[in-house]
This record gives sequence, structure tokens and C-alpha cells, in this order.
Amino acid sequence: MLTKDKLLELYRGMVTIRAFEEEVRKMHNAGLAPGLVHLYSGQEAVAVGTCTALNSDDYIASHHRGHGHCIAKGSELDRLFAEIIGRRSGYGMGRGGSMHIYDPATFNLGTNGIVGGSVPLATGAALLAKLRGTGQVAVSFFGDGVLNQGILFESLNMAALWSLPVVFICENNGYGEFTEIDDVTAGRPYAKRGEAFDIPSEKTDGMDVLAVHETVSKAVTRARNGDGPSFLIFDTYRYSGHHVGDKQEYKDDEERELWLSRDPIPKLSEMLVAEKKIKQAALDELDAEIKATVIVAANQAKKMPEPDADDLTRHIYAA
Amino acid sequence: MPPDSQQTDRNLTLKDAVLEAMFEEMESDQNVILIGEDVGTAGGVFKQTKGLFKTFGADRVIDTPISESAIFGLAVGAAMAGSRPIIEVMFGDFLTLVMDQLVNQAAKVHYMSAGGFNVPLVLRTGIGVGGNLGPQHSQSLHGWLAHIPGLKVVMPSSASDAKGLFKAAVRDNNPVIFMEDRMTYNLKEQVPEDEHVIPLGSAEVKREGADVSIYAVTRSVHTALAAAEHLQVKNVSAEVVDLRTLAPLDVETIVASVQKTGRALVLDGGYQSFGITSEIAATIGELAFDYLDAPVMRLAAPDVPVPFSPALETMTVPNAEQVVAKVTEMYGGLG
Ligand SMILES: Cc1ncc(C[n+]2csc(CCOP(=O)(O)OP(=O)(O)O)c2C)c(N)n1
Repeated sequence: MLTKDKLLELYRGMVTIRAFEEEVRKMHNAGLAPGLVHLYSGQEAVAVGTCTALNSDDYIASHHRGHGHCIAKGSELDRLFAEIIGRRSGYGMGRGGSMHIYDPATFNLGTNGIVGGSVPLATGAALLAKLRGTGQVAVSFFGDGVLNQGILFESLNMAALWSLPVVFICENNGYGEFTEIDDVTAGRPYAKRGEAFDIPSEKTDGMDVLAVHETVSKAVTRARNGDGPSFLIFDTYRYSGHHVGDKQEYKDDEERELWLSRDPIPKLSEMLVAEKKIKQAALDELDAEIKATVIVAANQAKKMPEPDADDLTRHIYAA
Repeated sequence: MPPDSQQTDRNLTLKDAVLEAMFEEMESDQNVILIGEDVGTAGGVFKQTKGLFKTFGADRVIDTPISESAIFGLAVGAAMAGSRPIIEVMFGDFLTLVMDQLVNQAAKVHYMSAGGFNVPLVLRTGIGVGGNLGPQHSQSLHGWLAHIPGLKVVMPSSASDAKGLFKAAVRDNNPVIFMEDRMTYNLKEQVPEDEHVIPLGSAEVKREGADVSIYAVTRSVHTALAAAEHLQVKNVSAEVVDLRTLAPLDVETIVASVQKTGRALVLDGGYQSFGITSEIAATIGELAFDYLDAPVMRLAAPDVPVPFSPALETMTVPNAEQVVAKVTEMYGGLG
């Protein structure tokens, strides 16, 4: 059983991401965050359950729906907001945007605009960790859409062959854009894709942060002990559309309600209260504090200047 | 040191000069690793990595499956995490499989992370026509890569340059594409023994001349030099400028040469349409128009897949006679 502090860390992480994404939605609707923003709301248990099982110098590589991973790995909220609204204080000086956020301080190899594009990056960081014997682990987060990208299979092969300390994490939210994953994917269950390479593979409830944490912890231990990669599939759901603005006509109410009833945040808070770890009133206070922190960060970002013409051509080449 | 270069005679092939550069850089920097198909125990399909595995072991010389896209992607991740990988891609044609990781990841990470991450790696690949390898093993796609901001593109023509440029490429903190025309692999020349590093972005005048500047890279430099000999007989003094790197491009040297000669021919083994000859011709037009005595001319590979047939294959490689003919045209005939 996790300590109370750890449980609260999980709770805090998920509530922070949920609140952050709500602010991003507002920013988008207000015209402040243009372009494509893919919200993580609903999937919080995966990012938080995973990143709380990692050391600070373990690597992650994320994807287009990646704000949650950045937050869970410890990026600063105001700089994340700043990047998403294109401000100079953002992680990429506002030149990357939501789908391209990199943070070396938290060993985050980036969100990514190419479906499947970040899988080999995590695998490569794991290769180096293994060659140098640093004990670091790398996590590759990807959506179910990547189950059908060739580079996943190339990466799985090398990870298994060389017994690399990498944990492959598929966040199966049921859809790739507006198409059901089951409609375009052969080979069930999908965990067989990992098994084909003799990689320990399993499917877990991605709406249960404790289950995610436990599953990932085992995989991380395996990786750190030199026993190689794992291939984990977490069933989860995105409440928002593919991007802000998507009306989700391809989903029905029944489905939506079913998944809402499995929301990872109340699931954890109810457990915390039932097991008398914390009183509901204290949780409410915590919620308010988190929301306030998120709003302060958002307001800070909004005050930040936009990049200027000199920033257009900065960092094309490293010195 | 590779076995072959322990000789006191420093007359090395281009291939061995690069191998020597690899030995030296791997020796002096533990972060340098070599990754690719057949690079380890086999020593390279062209024996271009011979001896490295024996010296540096399986942790630094890594044989991979045939997965160009992910091999390169892993190298990008490893580079971001602090190593300096050299990645062999057996044929330049296979760059098509690497393109996403190269263009969408490697080339942009430094920019997107506002300098937070570097991607210091060298992708080495052999290009060019020769050996009747057919349309999928004979292409010269350097123009494609030089088009992408964030990538550096190096194309040596001689053994000594290859060594110096390769060492600079390994030490560079950016993704560098090192492309050798396979027909230059066995060209020999004296290679300096001591520390020899040529900064990326410096062209070199390989032959001085007064009447016409011929610009080229890798194999085409030799075509230009041969043509210059023929032109000399016709009393035309040709200057041959070896660009050595396409990105960064040494615009200063390019312009200085044509300012002196007043005539420019850009020669290349890659396709003419939208290729490097067009880029350099346009640069000269913009920056040295007032010095021109004739329109800038281009001579490049015809826009066709490189055919297998020995009867046809050579037709896709610009030759010295064609260079002479082009220059002659610029003079309205030389009698
Ligand atoms: C290589 C590539 N193909 C297509 C796209 C367009 N695209 C962006 S997100 C997306 C769906 C991805 O689905 P999934 O991996 O399941 O992630 P989810 O959006 O469901 O979180 C697509 C097709 C892309 N960005 N990259």
C-alpha cells in the first residue's frame, strides 16, 4: 500500500492536469491558444500513475496529447502555458507550441507532432542508459494510433533484442482522431504486439491510477534490474474531442457516461476518504489550492511577451 | 589506428581516411558510438568500418537490424541524451526511410527546445552512380537534405578533405549528413598525420583559374578538374571550386571566385530540377550579377531514374566533355 503522501501526490497530479487542461480550453476558446490543442482530460491516471513511478532523471518521450506527461514529470506550469500560447518564456520560446514541448530539466524528450515519432527517441535514450550503465529508465508514451505505425515494431525489436530499460506505454483511448481504433486494427488483443517480441506485455485499467502506478512500477523495476522492456496498454478515454473544437459526433452519450462514471479522480478521492486517509473537506481545500495555483500560472503566462523577430532564426543550429 | 594506416606512407584512400578519422574520434571521445547495418563484426559492406568493432567493442560499435527509420530514431534519442552517434545508412537511397526522423525530429529539436537539447550526430551514407546498381541504389539526394534548416550536409571530394571534414562533423553539435560518392572511396592522396580538422562551411578552390568558375562537390569535382585540363588546351583558364559542404554554404568563396572570372558553371551529380545547381546559380545571380559576362550555366544529372543498363547508366553522370561543351557555349563557341 502506498503512503498517504504518495497517494496525495497522485491526487494532486491528476487534479493539476485536469485544471490545467480546463484553462487551456478557455485559452483556446478565447483565441489565445490557436492551432491544434489536444487535451489530456480523462487520461490523467496514465501520466500520473506512470511518472510517480519514475526517478527524476528517468526519461520520458510523449506525444501530441502530451500536456499531462509534461506536468506529471515536473515541468513548470507557467512555462507550459506560455509555450501553448506562443510566448517567449515557453519551453521553446513559443516556437514549438502544444505538440512540441521539450524540457531537458525533467528529462522530457518532448511531446511530438508525428504519430509514433517519439517511440525511437525514448528507445534511444534507453540504449544510451544501458551502454553507460546509468540505471536510468525511459518511458515511451504513445496513443493507440501508434499500434499501426511501423516504427513501433522496429523499436520493440531492438528494445527486446538488446534488453533495453524502456517501458512502452500505449494509452488506448479508443479513437485515433475520429476513427475507432478497433475499426482499423487487426490482431487482438493488442498486447500481442509486445508478446511477439517476447516482451512482457499486459493490458491494465487506465482509469485507475493505483493500478497504473503498480503496473508501471513493476515494469520500471524490471527495466532498472536489467531485465529489459515492457509493453503496457492502458485502456482510457479522452473526454474532450480529438482537439479543442471537435464536437465528437462519433461518440454516443451512453459511452461518454460510462467512462465518466469511471473517472480516475473521484475514484481515488472516494477511496482516500473511505479509508480515512483524508477528510473530504481537506480534499476540497486542496482542490481549491491547486486550481488557484494553475490560474496564477496561466495569468503569468498571459502577461509574458511574444517572441520577437530575432527569435525567428535563433537555435536553428547549435554552436 | 586502423591496421592499414600504420604505414609511414600517408597515401590513403578516401575510405581509409574516413576510417582513420573514426578511429581517432572514437579514441578521443568516449561519447562517440557507431550504429548501423553490418558495421560491427562484418566491418561494413564496403569494409569502411573495418577494425572498429575489434578495437572498441560491442558497446560502441553496434550492429543493428535492417530498420533504418528506428535505427536513426534511436540515435536521435541517444544524441539528445548526451552521446555522439555516427549512423551508417548503407545507401543514400535509403534516406527515404529515415526522412521522418531526420526532418521532423533531428533537424528541429534544437529549435523547438530553444536550445535545450542538441542532436550531435553524423549520418554517413554512400551515394552516386556506378556499378550498375539500378534505380534504387544509385541516387544522389543531397539537394533534398540541404533544403532542410537544421541539417548540415558535407560532401568531400578527396581523402584528405574527407578526414578533416569527418572529424569536424563528429565534433559538431548538430545533425550532420556526411555523403560520399562511392566512386570516390578508392581515390588516394596524402593525408596529414597530425590533427587535421576542416571547419564545416569552408569551400576550397582546387584549381585556380581566370576565365570561368566551375562549382562542384564530391565526384563532380574530379570531373571539373578533368574538364579544366581540356579547357586549358583551348586557352580557357578554369577555376574549380569544391564547395565541400552544402550546408553551411560558403557563399563568400563562391562569390569571390565568380567576381574574378566573370563566368560560372555549376556542376552536380544530383538532379537538375530544384537541385543544388539551381540554388547556387541563383545565389550567384543575386550577389554577383554585375560581374557576370555570361549567363550562369548548370550541368546536372538528367531528371530520370538512374537506369541499370550499362549502356544507359553513364548517360546520367555529367562528364568532362559535357562540361567543356557548356563552357564553350558560354563563349558562344571557341573555334
Ligand atoms: C504520422 C502522422 N500521421 C497522422 C497524423 C495526424 N494525427 C494527429 S493525432 C492523430 C490520431 C492519433 O491517435 P492516437 O495515437 O490514438 O492518439 P489520441 O489522439 O487518440 O490520443 C492523427 C491521425 C500525425 N500527426 N502524424
